[in-house]
Amino acid sequence: MNGTSTMTGTMTGDTFRVITLSSLMLLGALALWQLGSTPSVGGRTQGLPGPAAVAKVSWEMLSEPFYDRGPNDKGIGLQVLSSLGRVAIGYGAASVVAILAGVLLGLNPILLKAANPYIQILKPISPLAWMPLFLYTIRDSTGAMILVIFMSTLWPTLANTAFGVNSIRKDYLNVAALLQLSWWGRFFKVILPAAAPMIVAGLRISIGSAWIAVVAAEMLVGGTGIGYFVWNEWNNLSLTRVIFAILVIGAVGLILDLGFNRLAKAIAYTE
Amino acid sequence: MGAFLEISNVTKYFPDPSGKGMQCIFKDIFFEIEQGTFVTMVGHSGCGKSTILNIIAGLERPSSGGVVLDGKEIDSPGLDRMVVFQNFALMPWMSVYENVRVAVKAAHPQWSAAEQHKCVGRYIEMVGLTGAESKRPTMLSGGMRQRVGLARAFSVEPKLLLLDEPFAQIDALTRGVIQEELVSIWMRTKNTVFMVTHDVDEAILLSDKIVLMTRGPEAEIAEVVDIDIPRPRMRTTVIEHPNYYKIRNHIIHFLVERSHQKRQTA
Repeated sequence: MNGTSTMTGTMTGDTFRVITLSSLMLLGALALWQLGSTPSVGGRTQGLPGPAAVAKVSWEMLSEPFYDRGPNDKGIGLQVLSSLGRVAIGYGAASVVAILAGVLLGLNPILLKAANPYIQILKPISPLAWMPLFLYTIRDSTGAMILVIFMSTLWPTLANTAFGVNSIRKDYLNVAALLQLSWWGRFFKVILPAAAPMIVAGLRISIGSAWIAVVAAEMLVGGTGIGYFVWNEWNNLSLTRVIFAILVIGAVGLILDLGFNRLAKAIAYTE
Repeated sequence: MGAFLEISNVTKYFPDPSGKGMQCIFKDIFFEIEQGTFVTMVGHSGCGKSTILNIIAGLERPSSGGVVLDGKEIDSPGLDRMVVFQNFALMPWMSVYENVRVAVKAAHPQWSAAEQHKCVGRYIEMVGLTGAESKRPTMLSGGMRQRVGLARAFSVEPKLLLLDEPFAQIDALTRGVIQEELVSIWMRTKNTVFMVTHDVDEAILLSDKIVLMTRGPEAEIAEVVDIDIPRPRMRTTVIEHPNYYKIRNHIIHFLVERSHQKRQTA
């Protein structure tokens, strides 16, 4: 056996161990869940449904994701898309605002220092706390939900962009100054790519917050969306569907995060 | 009518490290550079020579005094001056090609994409990096990185090229090769160059004049040495010139013995 294959051998050995451990964890969790759930009586699930019941319902829901039988009975695909649509608008708008404001703050250390206490106070506020204020001022539940998402995603991106831009090496800005780049030229050619790793780290935290916020906001004022679906199924006392929705929320969150992980790798650079 | 570049009575104060008051880094710096000449400033660390270079570049402002380039007072950076940095200052997210193109594009916005492309290729070829266009700076050695820095600086065809210890971070063997390449490029382009360094051999090899600085704080120009060794100069042959060691010993002697003394009033 030569060196290269020994290397690959070790790698696959590690991968094998990881997969084995992961599978064991999953089996353990499923076993605990099974033990904690109420056994079905006469084919009808009572109390907390077990893994088998959830798997059965999941299969049904996933095999017909886009059906629409009125306001309280829509396919899971439609619900997820409706949530993602709100996230796209609120998160998109907040990201543009946060990146532009973050760049301005990052380029003006005095301004950043002056604004920092307010950012730090606003950052830990649960975005849902704003909900009554938004409902009162704009009197539109969809708009209020989008604003809640906006608030949930603004601060991580803003803070990361500001500190990312603030720590850009002076040399890069000097080169931009020597080349007399315009403000936008400097923004797109130097500032954005230089601070990109920090900005994307902020965007990644923000998309997580947005996905958490949208579920909660929809539970409060929904009508559609995955959060509303959870609340609606709770009112229907269908815990099986609630558990299914929980798994879907996790899966979508994972996919969003993986997307940003890829983006982070694509824009990373070493100095 | 003054010289091509005039540095007049330039003085710089920085806040004192102790936190109270200001410290004078250098004072009353006065020298001139003729068009098409290569002038180097040599001095110990802390004499503020890089600050003087940055003031000429327009990246810093003097506390008093002024700089006039080709009849125009300098108060901000401009495309008529370009800096080659000690730590290269290449954009690590851009390829070699993009690093040069951003400069060509800035200098010649009216050119077509094809003209810009041709120009970028010409300067990359000039520094011998053809074939490495798509590489990121991180993948290159220090010597190759500074070649990109030189290509970027020359590509804007500045009136004045500013070299800030350009070879200090390059290994000794490569340094000599790039120094000679710079000589040959400069012989062709005849740019006006101002360089700062603390490498005496490098200064003699490249310069027409060497400006010697006393130690800081309150550094001053001690004297200006004319390098009358004929060009073209090569590293191997320049040391055989009868004046080489005379000049070298004079400068080394100054740096070691006399640089801490204040200028004698003549």
